[in-house]
Amino acid sequence: MHKLIITAFTAVLLAGGAAQAKEWTKIRIGVEGAYPPFSSMTEDGELQGFDIDIAHALCAQINAECTLVPQDWDGIIPALLARKYDAIIASMSITEERKKKVNFTNKYYQTPARFARRKGSGIEVSAADLKGRKVGVQRATIHDGFLTEVFGDEVEVVRYGSQDEAYLDAVSGRLDLLMADSVALMDGFLNTEQGGDWEFVGPPYTDVKYFGEGAGIAVRKRDNDLREQLNAAIDAIRANGVYRQINEKYFDFDIYGN
Amino acid sequence: MDFAAIIGNLDLYLQGLWVTVQLVALALVIGLALAVPLALAASARRVWVNFLPHAFIYCFRGTPLLVQIYLIYYGLGQFAAVRESFLWPVLSEAYWCALISFALNTAAYTGEIIRGAMAQTPAGEIEAARACGMSPAMTYRRVILPSAFRRALPAYGNEVIFMLHGSALAGIITIVDLFGAARIVNSRHFVPFESYITAGFFYLCMTFLIVWAFKFIERHWHAHLKPLRG
Repeated sequence: MHKLIITAFTAVLLAGGAAQAKEWTKIRIGVEGAYPPFSSMTEDGELQGFDIDIAHALCAQINAECTLVPQDWDGIIPALLARKYDAIIASMSITEERKKKVNFTNKYYQTPARFARRKGSGIEVSAADLKGRKVGVQRATIHDGFLTEVFGDEVEVVRYGSQDEAYLDAVSGRLDLLMADSVALMDGFLNTEQGGDWEFVGPPYTDVKYFGEGAGIAVRKRDNDLREQLNAAIDAIRANGVYRQINEKYFDFDIYGN
Repeated sequence: MDFAAIIGNLDLYLQGLWVTVQLVALALVIGLALAVPLALAASARRVWVNFLPHAFIYCFRGTPLLVQIYLIYYGLGQFAAVRESFLWPVLSEAYWCALISFALNTAAYTGEIIRGAMAQTPAGEIEAARACGMSPAMTYRRVILPSAFRRALPAYGNEVIFMLHGSALAGIITIVDLFGAARIVNSRHFVPFESYITAGFFYLCMTFLIVWAFKFIERHWHAHLKPLRG
């Protein structure tokens, strides 16, 4: 009797699993909303940015109905695993540590990381000059990982929940340097009024060991069908010119990388 | 469940624990030192003496600690006048901002606890002190304050525990306290349950020590209230 119940139960579960393996028509997408120009809030609380446009374009390509769910960066993977949404489109770099928990699509863009300093501060990126400097970085990002591993012994790493908070403290003078994605830094800070006093310093960093293979879309490991649909959609919008349109709306260079 | 990440980061937790203990202990000492004069001034009869302490207590009890921390950390940093003042070396450090807001917050609550306890002093005790020829200052020192501290003890024990728990907010302004350590571990290994339950366990242990310490003090200070043993 027990066996029968268990078998029946398993059959129902499997059937449920099989039902999931169909085409996705409703997708909830986790986004960050505090990472301009990729993802930010307008003054009336609307989401905007490169990630947001890419999300809408992919959904249109798949013919799925999409809901965007803003989520703080810290909890963005746990919330995916807790099924608060089905995919993350939030400039998330494809790294080994993250792959232990989630699966990634192919990259949808790739940009190098850089340091920035206050103009006239004269700080150089060298072991001697970095000693004791306060460097602001967003917690749990590839940049945090890189900074902690490579420069952790020299600099004091100051970690923030969002890139916007790091910019606030950079302006108020609590930080000597920032470490972040070069495009996010450029358009989200250096080219804005508040970041006008800051400039890039040091080389661009792209080491795969720390920075992964570019930014991809994260899905739960069991949702391989969704991953494949998204991969096909990325290829499709790359081919049909939609990607290029979005690219040109935000950047004057090719953000897809090599 | 994956506690390997926790064990691998135990030193981070212990560093965080030490920062939390430091912050809370310093805030409580400074807060208590401010609270006593605050309570005395607040219970003064003249309006021009008790107005400011009342306003201070009202403001700090009337707003969330989170708002106070944000105002001191991010808010003050907005003004160039503050950034160029002699205070900036202190205010630019997240640690001092947290300590200042914690100390002021607990001073307000503790001040109100002590003021309330003083107000409950039986009128007879004060009259008796006066009849014995004690000056007002001596009445405070020998009669009102000692019995007020005894009455305030259980409520103050609560305040100490609240302060400990409130100190988790330090993790939000870049300080790596116990909660900040848990957030870093979570963000590196994506194990929210294990990261935060570990922090919770450490908070429980500290609360246990506080409760035990207050039991101990109560036993001594309230010895005269116990029934005599036969």
